[in-house]
Amino acid sequence: MNLKFANKKITGILTILPKNEVKFEDEMDNYNFSHAKSLKLKMAMGYNTHRIAGEGVCSSDLCIYGLDYLFEKGLLKKEEIDALILVTQSPDYFMPPTSNVIQGHFALKQDMICMDINQGCAGYIIGLFEAFMLLEQDEINKVVLLNADVLSPKVSMRDRNSNPLIGDAAAVTIVEKSDTPCTIFGNIKMDGTAFDALIIPAGGSKLPSSLETSQLHEDASGNFRALDHLVMKGDDVFNFVQREVPPMIEQLLTTAGCTKEDVDYYMFHQPNKFMLSKLADKLGVPREKMPNNIVENFGNASGVSIPTAVSYNLGATLTRESFLICFAGFGVGLTWASVLMRLNKLDFNEIINF
Amino acid sequence: MEKIIAEILTNLRPEFDFAAETNFVEQGLLDSFDVINLVTELDKQFGISIDGTDILPENFASIETIKNLVQKNGGKS
Repeated sequence: MNLKFANKKITGILTILPKNEVKFEDEMDNYNFSHAKSLKLKMAMGYNTHRIAGEGVCSSDLCIYGLDYLFEKGLLKKEEIDALILVTQSPDYFMPPTSNVIQGHFALKQDMICMDINQGCAGYIIGLFEAFMLLEQDEINKVVLLNADVLSPKVSMRDRNSNPLIGDAAAVTIVEKSDTPCTIFGNIKMDGTAFDALIIPAGGSKLPSSLETSQLHEDASGNFRALDHLVMKGDDVFNFVQREVPPMIEQLLTTAGCTKEDVDYYMFHQPNKFMLSKLADKLGVPREKMPNNIVENFGNASGVSIPTAVSYNLGATLTRESFLICFAGFGVGLTWASVLMRLNKLDFNEIINF
Repeated sequence: MEKIIAEILTNLRPEFDFAAETNFVEQGLLDSFDVINLVTELDKQFGISIDGTDILPENFASIETIKNLVQKNGGKS
């Protein structure tokens, strides 16, 4: 599905990372791999250091910390926030929405919209779409898009498929109306027939958590995980991404009347270095235009990996310069989505530690 | 080309005799992470980038299918 939005802009991006760093080498003994094989895999996939939230830290904690920082620095004013969107797969509660909890924490005005969206790897793009749509309203001028995931407690430490790459993080993106006319192009597709390609089987209504769902079992590849843990069909997800993402990007650029060379950066979801290198090659895009260094430095925090890639790779440069950026997210759902938009001299673009 | 492929496979999983087997993935000689390491090595050795849509188990079944895969992606002996 092609989408188009007029006269919207991103004015700031802040990424919040837990201070706690875990090294791949320190976890190698958890996996049924020889050290030599693990180290080869480290090179290919880009495993190195991932950031893991401390015990009891919730998605709201990271978001509140980030918003506090922006309020204190005068980069955001409480009374200007007309909508608070939180995209997360790790809410504080089943109910109420965590966005309401955050609104309450800061005693933000009542005359506003709070909403949680349950989305993962494509969650940044879907959050942007939602922000753009809300900004069509006369009374909504500034949307705070929060992306946050603390999924490390839901990943088995003995799962070599998922544990080396998981990261916890949050991001705050400010989305506003633009006085300068501009067009933003988007594209989204979904395939719920493969809903179990990335899934936490237990803990919801379908299979409530119990003593039984917390027991570790060994799979055919020698990974140990419980039904309470995230399970990923890695091969299926890889094949889906390689098959579906390149044509989506081609279609997005064609609709926008742009060439691949026109795009300054391809800021994609960061599943691992190997997958992104293959995507860049398939698209015929120089690898340096599609950064793939988030997993190795911070881990993959689902949809948060996209703003993290922007903050880490462009940093303050984006407060002085303007870039045409193609964003893309793909994974849980299955969902794959992309946005082509110009980012003009942001008010802030940085990373802080929680 | 077969010799180089055989060397890469042996370096990857020295415990197996790849010359004697014909279905590497199904018989458990290569798991999905071995395939990633194998593709990385093949890309490097032959100066190519194997298309992501070609990274399917059937293309890693034998030295012959791997050779075909490398050639399809522009690799030369």
